Amino acid sequence: MTIPVVLKTPKLYLDGAFVRSESGRVYQPDGRSNVPRASRKDLRDAVRAARSAQPGWAARTAYNRGQVLYRVAEMMEASRGEFGRALGGGRGANLELDAALDALVFFAGLADKITQLGGSVNGVAGPYFNFSMPQPSGVVFLVAGERRPLSPLVTHLAAAICSGNTAVALVSRSAPLPGLLLAEALQTGDVPRGTVNLLSGLAEEILPWVGSHRDISLIDCCGCQEHEWRSLAEAASEAVTRVLPPQASEVPLQPRLALDMTELKTVWHPVGI
Amino acid sequence: MATSPPKISAKPDVRANLAEPDRAPRDFPLGDFSYVAAPESTDHVTIADRYDLFIGGRQLAPLSGRHLTTLNPATEEPLAEVADADAADVDRAVQAALAAYPSWSRLPGSHRARHLFRIARIVQERARELAVLETLDGGKPIRESRDFDVPTAAQHLFYHAGWADKLEFAFATGRGRSLGVVGAIIPWNFPLLMLSWKIAPALATGNTVVLKPAETTPLTALLFAQICSQAGLPDGVVNIVTGGPETGAALVRHPEVAKIAFTGSTAVGKGIQQALAGSGKRLSLELGGKAAHVVFDDAPLDQAVEGVVNGIFFNQGHVCCAGSRLLLQESIAEPFLRRLRLRMSRLRLGDPLDKNTDIGAINSRPQLERIEELVASGVAEGAHIYQPACSLPERGFWFPPTVFTGVAPAHRIAQEEIFGPVLAVLTFRTAAEAVARANNTRYGLSAGVWTTKGSRILWMSERMRAGVVWANTYNQFDAASPFGGFGESGFGREGGVQGLREYLEFS
Repeated sequence: MTIPVVLKTPKLYLDGAFVRSESGRVYQPDGRSNVPRASRKDLRDAVRAARSAQPGWAARTAYNRGQVLYRVAEMMEASRGEFGRALGGGRGANLELDAALDALVFFAGLADKITQLGGSVNGVAGPYFNFSMPQPSGVVFLVAGERRPLSPLVTHLAAAICSGNTAVALVSRSAPLPGLLLAEALQTGDVPRGTVNLLSGLAEEILPWVGSHRDISLIDCCGCQEHEWRSLAEAASEAVTRVLPPQASEVPLQPRLALDMTELKTVWHPVGI
Repeated sequence: MATSPPKISAKPDVRANLAEPDRAPRDFPLGDFSYVAAPESTDHVTIADRYDLFIGGRQLAPLSGRHLTTLNPATEEPLAEVADADAADVDRAVQAALAAYPSWSRLPGSHRARHLFRIARIVQERARELAVLETLDGGKPIRESRDFDVPTAAQHLFYHAGWADKLEFAFATGRGRSLGVVGAIIPWNFPLLMLSWKIAPALATGNTVVLKPAETTPLTALLFAQICSQAGLPDGVVNIVTGGPETGAALVRHPEVAKIAFTGSTAVGKGIQQALAGSGKRLSLELGGKAAHVVFDDAPLDQAVEGVVNGIFFNQGHVCCAGSRLLLQESIAEPFLRRLRLRMSRLRLGDPLDKNTDIGAINSRPQLERIEELVASGVAEGAHIYQPACSLPERGFWFPPTVFTGVAPAHRIAQEEIFGPVLAVLTFRTAAEAVARANNTRYGLSAGVWTTKGSRILWMSERMRAGVVWANTYNQFDAASPFGGFGESGFGREGGVQGLREYLEFS
């Protein structure tokens, strides 16, 4: 007789804690794992955690946020075996993990450059010092979608948080395990609790409460179906919440992904003696 | 430079002059020093009895067969009839813009630049005509339309003309592509200026435009149409469709419009965002505001009073970024309010064409009624109202400068955009409390802060949730400076290199 393998229970990642859905429900996307089926209340808790964590995360220096993101990449690389198994093994799994690592390294290095890339000093027609700087939008909700199980999630999460946003993400429904496993890299990578919150479950149960949630500042529909995008955007108009459209294909890593999740602030001051 | 009046400099003041500023009026030996009327002449401005639509470079009678009357809000007398475009008219305009798009977007940037430079020049040459027309149609003081609206509109055209041949250097992501036909919908508070904010970047980036001016202030846009013809702008690159809400809705819903650029109320903006949801059309919204204007105890008080007056009474308070919530540090609240009331009593309300007028007419009767309703709610909710003695003309729409003290953060006058010359005063003790109160709003367009401490300016600027922060100044605008809000004040920026992005797409 072989010794039974100790399996890991998949859990949500809320406010720095690994928890089951408060609803107690699960679903079996692969026929084996009992994956939490997050409820409306789980969403609410996740957004609350992200909202409370946001000022503190944004107040970190950009240099520090960059180092934290790089640390997450270190943790993922160290867990290559486990991520590989969650991604189904083989060359495809390695490529997917490498794409995620590339994104983390890219945005780790962008954190302390985003102000220069998106900001400006403006030569106005008067005696004023006038400058513009990108600031985090606040709380980003991300629909990672089904295209690929890990790299879009990691790319868009890293793009969101490198500027000081906090985030709530709905991981892939059909392959949620790599996304949920990301929580362990975040936790051991010194990402402060609440900065990233991960939900698994059924989009049709979660998304109807996302669009009009007033503590969500921006919705990244990168992995949405057309109809999900439309209803999210319709509901988002209630509070003029920003919505980024779905992405049909992989976009190359670029600062724009992060800048699209910022607000530009312009400051004026007179020059005189 | 011709940005907004009055000019305010940030000379750090000595704190000493907290002393009572009121002085007994002196008896001047030379007699009466009161102002005499100094009206701007209007004889050089021609207004037609009736205006058609400007489509494909031609004046076309509306298919709707309907016209609207635009009034002079200072006299309630009709100025002209303008076409009330329906969906079929809007479609004609969009088709004209579509037809003009291929050649306009392929024109070398340097040629588009020349067109825009020429238009900018004609706006400068015909500046006085535009200013008088703006004041007649909208009710704003001639001093503002002459010294702010028209020069700043010309600057926007000039600034963006210069971008047309430099787009490949504007963004690291490459040159970007124009979008197609831009539908621009603009408000009545700065008609020509808002027109220039939309048309200048749209044209510089190679788009063509269908613009709908506000129902109550169409005349400068129609004169701008003539200017486009005078400048030899190719037909259909700019089309002007006048009308009411139905006209705007038809433009928003038109399937071949690639982008909507809207400035106006938050309620209408939300409707547009909803209508465009999931369509893939681009959208920029510049909506309402309820700006906090924070004055610390170390601020140069006389300058701050000027800034606060400029912040709320500029253009009768019909300004989305008006400093409508004054947050005073408790220790200076009383001396500040004494000076503010004195200053308010010196404001001159009346004939907008008079060069000495500070406060002109309210733009329309519905807007006056909205101001009156909100002011009544302030009184009913228990805030204390102050209005200086001030006689209002018998005809026209007028509202005196008004300040409320004893305002609670939950009062409607502290939460809702009034869009009139009405200031709500709250107090605070610490900087952290000032930030919390300033951010206690769904809006986030602008904010002001007055203090002599540089580190505090930067600390406040970082924390106040607003797209524009004015420190030791207020209501400054410039084509090179991006403008736009956070939260329910909308999204997208206008002006500066960042504003160009709203009119380009990148692969």
